[in-house]
Amino acid sequence: MYEGVVQDLIDELGRLPGVGPKSAQRIAFHILQADPVDVRRLAEVLIVVKDKVKFCSVCGNVAEDELCRICRDQRRDPAVICVVEESKDVVAIERTREFRGRYHVLGGAISPIEGVGPDDLRIRELMTRLADGVVTEVILATDPNLEGEATATYLTRLLRPMGLRVTRLASGLPVGGDLEYADEVTLGRAFEGRRSVDD
Amino acid sequence: MHVTHLSLHDFRSYADTEVALGPGVTSFIGRNGQGKTNVVEAIDYIARLSSHRVSSDAPLVRFGAEQAVVRAAVVRDERTALLEIEINPGRSNRARINKSPLPKSREMLGMVRTVLFSPEDLALVKGDPSERRRFLDDLLVLRAPRYAGVRSDYDRVLRQRNSLLKTAGAARRSGSGGSRAEAALSTLGVWDTHLARTGAELLAARLALVEELKPLVGKAYEAVARGATRSDATMAYRPSFELPEPTEGPLPDRAVLAEALMAEVERRRSDELDRGVSLVGPHRDELHLMLGPLPVKGYASHGESWSFALALRLASYDLLRAGGDDPILILDDVFAELDTERRERLAEMVADAEQVLVTAAVPADVPAALAGARVLVADGQVTRAD
Ligand SMILES: Nc1ncnc2c1ncn2[C@@H]1O[C@H](COP(=O)(O)OP(=O)(O)O)[C@@H](O)[C@H]1O
Ligand SMILES: [Mg+2]
Ligand SMILES: [Zn+2]
Repeated sequence: MYEGVVQDLIDELGRLPGVGPKSAQRIAFHILQADPVDVRRLAEVLIVVKDKVKFCSVCGNVAEDELCRICRDQRRDPAVICVVEESKDVVAIERTREFRGRYHVLGGAISPIEGVGPDDLRIRELMTRLADGVVTEVILATDPNLEGEATATYLTRLLRPMGLRVTRLASGLPVGGDLEYADEVTLGRAFEGRRSVDD
Repeated sequence: MHVTHLSLHDFRSYADTEVALGPGVTSFIGRNGQGKTNVVEAIDYIARLSSHRVSSDAPLVRFGAEQAVVRAAVVRDERTALLEIEINPGRSNRARINKSPLPKSREMLGMVRTVLFSPEDLALVKGDPSERRRFLDDLLVLRAPRYAGVRSDYDRVLRQRNSLLKTAGAARRSGSGGSRAEAALSTLGVWDTHLARTGAELLAARLALVEELKPLVGKAYEAVARGATRSDATMAYRPSFELPEPTEGPLPDRAVLAEALMAEVERRRSDELDRGVSLVGPHRDELHLMLGPLPVKGYASHGESWSFALALRLASYDLLRAGGDDPILILDDVFAELDTERRERLAEMVADAEQVLVTAAVPADVPAALAGARVLVADGQVTRAD
């Protein structure tokens, strides 16, 4: 244990995803030794990002306004929606330049262990978006791990009866992987080879 | 395959030890508690990334040290590979092959294959059904590493599904219903599908494996048990529900099994909600071991149980061998339990194996046919006797 504020810093850092107690300590000491100007810039960016960045009221992607950049872009095809778990997945798919439709960010995947059920995801918002009949195809691009698959199965059962074309990204993605880490080529090919879901 | 060199750094009782090994038989001789098992455990760890003696890694690190490093030079397909594993209890291990780091240490699984028999294996026969399920699954993974993925997927489906059954069951009992309980029930069907799919894959693989093992176990038991014939030791896989008839061939295929699992899950729905756990699937299955008409568990003598456990390992070895590269056979403390005749027969069975590592407290216990190279283990020192 360190004294007062140093320990507070370590504790706060340790709450970040992927940062264990040892890394938290290393980052804390890096900050203590760093140039005060650099540290102040980091602190400011943290405050500003929380103030300025909101979530798009349509798709749930991160946005600086009411609507995100993609939802504002009239050239994007409104008939196709790609459903992803997180905003970072939007970034990954945009890098492939394969997809010209719109997105829907669920905010996670179904995981009973973590107490995440369908009600905790932006599924109701998705159904609302589909109500006016403009959308004809939904691409399920949840992560190719167990929870992502379960979420895709759940959505398929919900969307099929609505007469929509429902497709799932073709495999070839590393099993158990996160979409975020799939390289552009693999992800791009997965997009090309997406298949209709039949269960 | 065989190991030509082993280095241990802060592994178990060894601070810094180098052991040169060759193909054929090597016997480690030393009084109890001198560190014989520690050496063979390190080789087995490189193969399986887990120890046969402990479930956590902490005891593998020399008392007082932070991490252990095991390095092994392994010859397979006539090429030498240098495998290294850094054991960091509580944190992730790090693995390197020929000095290049692997993204995940798990990728080293399958580089070395071992079959180890040790006194702890008595639990295979006398212990809970989970011991025998693990025996089958470990063997599946050794034959085809992708089953490590199937098994961990299945475990994860179970955990997710059990968690959901608890929530939904509790809501049903309290009669509160409510949107949470409804949501839980509506997603249960999704997990049923995944349970049936991964469960059927695991089940199909286990059923096929048991068929292949049966004759080999009979043969091995005959060799190591006094007065036995090859039809004495038998086994049968007992699933948690009645198996469907196969559509073709001797065993039902995956699709048929998945369908049957799904039907059974639906039939047991109410039970499962009451108890809040998954009651159907390969995690509830049992591998029955029998000597003649009697089950081994509860009936067999100590000697018979011990011989059966050894027969299971020897049968695994035969099976893996038939699939290509010879695994490394490790026999920890086996000879003390066998009479002279059984020792000779066991020695004959394994004499032409590519590499056999044997431990014994008394040099005279090791049969002449298995004399091979001798390594003396005493006071934390490992010295070749030749
Ligand atoms: N993590 C550890 N640190 C230090 N010593 C250990 C550790 N684990 C086991 N030992 C020591 O190793 C010895 C047992 O070695 P083992 O190889 O099982 O003996 P045997 O020669 O009978 O097979 C014991 O004396 C035990 O204290
Ligand atoms: Mg021992
Ligand atoms: Zn948007």
